Amino acid sequence: MKQVLEGSHAVSEAVRLARVQVISAYPITPQTHIVEAISEQCSSGRLAARFMCVESEHSAMASVIGAASGGVRTFTATSGQGLAYMHELLHWASGARLPIVMAEVNRALAPGWNIWVDQTDSLSQRDTGWIQLYCEDGQEVLDTTLLAYRLAEEINLPVMVILDAFFLSHTYEPVDIPDQEQVDEFLPPIEAKIILDTADPFALGQMVPPGAYMEMRHDIQLAMERVPTTYQQMDGLFAELFGRSYGDVDSVLCDDADIVLVVSGTVTGTCRQALADLRSLGEKAGMLKIKMFRPFPNEPIRRALKGVSKIAVVDRNCSFGAGGIFAQEIRSALCNFETGPLVYSYIAGLGGRDITGDTLKEIYYRTKSSEMPEMHSVWIGLNQE
Amino acid sequence: MMNNPTQPDLIHPGHVACPGCGAAIAMKLALRVMGPKTMVVIPACCWGVIAGPYPQSSLKVPVLQTAFATAGAAAGGLRAALDMRGDAETVVMAWAGDGGTFDIGLQSLSGAVERNDNILYVCYDNEAYMNTGVQRSSSTPYGTRTTTTPGSGWKRSRKKNIVEILAAHRIAYAATASIAFPEDMMRKFEKARQMNRGSRFLHVYATCPTGWGIASDKSIHIARLAVQCNMFPLYEVENGMAYTLNYQGKEAVGAYLKAQRRFRHLSKDDIGHVQAMVDEDWDLLMQKVSR
Repeated sequence: MKQVLEGSHAVSEAVRLARVQVISAYPITPQTHIVEAISEQCSSGRLAARFMCVESEHSAMASVIGAASGGVRTFTATSGQGLAYMHELLHWASGARLPIVMAEVNRALAPGWNIWVDQTDSLSQRDTGWIQLYCEDGQEVLDTTLLAYRLAEEINLPVMVILDAFFLSHTYEPVDIPDQEQVDEFLPPIEAKIILDTADPFALGQMVPPGAYMEMRHDIQLAMERVPTTYQQMDGLFAELFGRSYGDVDSVLCDDADIVLVVSGTVTGTCRQALADLRSLGEKAGMLKIKMFRPFPNEPIRRALKGVSKIAVVDRNCSFGAGGIFAQEIRSALCNFETGPLVYSYIAGLGGRDITGDTLKEIYYRTKSSEMPEMHSVWIGLNQE
Repeated sequence: MMNNPTQPDLIHPGHVACPGCGAAIAMKLALRVMGPKTMVVIPACCWGVIAGPYPQSSLKVPVLQTAFATAGAAAGGLRAALDMRGDAETVVMAWAGDGGTFDIGLQSLSGAVERNDNILYVCYDNEAYMNTGVQRSSSTPYGTRTTTTPGSGWKRSRKKNIVEILAAHRIAYAATASIAFPEDMMRKFEKARQMNRGSRFLHVYATCPTGWGIASDKSIHIARLAVQCNMFPLYEVENGMAYTLNYQGKEAVGAYLKAQRRFRHLSKDDIGHVQAMVDEDWDLLMQKVSR
């Protein structure tokens, strides 16, 4: 059934449909609408779950770790500072191989205080062992959240479903809300592989000496390597049931393109329009949307960019001293790939600054007129002194 | 329950605690009462090691080890999962040291108790960060030498009163207990076990021969002296209001302090100052008991 839904409520509806059993969260703007809606579902009985109002994000993640160790389906949501505060427990969740799903609303980090969109919060958690999926619109948020549970429970790694502050979390769009029966078919009750049981006592999270630690870490890496194939199977299954599919990347008009704009999050929607405008002007432009950031989809990116001469990576984030983070990862994906394109790196839209169609066209023409990329990321739209 | 010979110990011999470890004795006694329908949540602390490295476990009940600051939250989350699975019988017992309770885990503990999560939280208190090599915590008493309060820089601030902090939450049940008074301690564990509703807190005095500079066979002796000189009074608080004293100490603190290397540097005046603080705390406690 189609409804006009706020992006935050696309998350909460998915959590309800997934029949999540334990939710624990601490409020932070712009994540609050998600947890308020879930609280309402729990108190009204629409969702038979326990909602824990914890005193911090650190405890939010710790308590879902406790709950997931008890074998139930869990959820939390956070943003910006909250995600940073969780950092220690993010490593714990993946190290413990718990299938936790978290919605993360991309928000700029302080100081200065800024509640608007910026991807540096989630991207700086790239080494925590979480699968990261970035979303473009409300429908994708709902669908990805459902998919995240299938993926997490199959692979036994936690999944972060990521959406832009306000541009997505607070924007109303028509969203198709699937029937509960259909969702139940796609997502049966959790069959936890790790579950504490007094009838079969064992220890979780204990000390691991050097003789075994490395193998456990290797297992996490192997699990991550299984994600692309498993994700594709589930994306396919999802398409069969619901008629929608997203892929780990979405390649648009790249086959004959000279220059491809590489984007993620809500900038993708803007870029679809910019691409149409550029094509109508006869420009051979393409677009590559990156949905999956961890594990990084190296092969799909190589395939999509085959024969492309230049790419312009638009990063709404910055790793200071290194530049745009998507650009770094893409350079790494294209390394040792002889026919790879020149990689142009641009930083735009930090702290909620708008990235318009004109911004993307400026990036396109700038890339077109340049013979060689600069060594560093080029910042777009900086105010002049 | 108490000293019931048909109840097998739920701790394996061969655990890796130091000889005479009060925390190991405390766990042995606690599990004798709690029984096999118990899940133990352990943050970073000595027990993180004593419980055994992968793939072994020194306990015959499930153990969830968790990050240092998170015993309260992780235990609450595990409780929520058991509730959702319809298991009301199993008791979730958080088992944390003084660092994980008085210091880094205080916020998470406060959150769990304010929510009144159905958990039994046990702090085994050895009065410093023993697992990392005897650094001071906010549970370390006035006058103590530790590796971060060495030499003439011995600790000049008081020990935090954790039970009063819990009582201020109006927790249904909070009590102190000592390994030197096993019947009293096991009665308190039994009371906390049977409540099985809302948060309960036990503050267990656990000697550390290694960190305190005592012989390993003096563990119980020192624990007994601590109660007898009112350094560690045995009492219970219900709903943050009703105080019950379990033991009337009559000794001076001198013998207790002199028996331990960690206090050996204290002068007669210093000992007098400790005595004055103990007397002051005792008077405050008596006011509450007789209220």
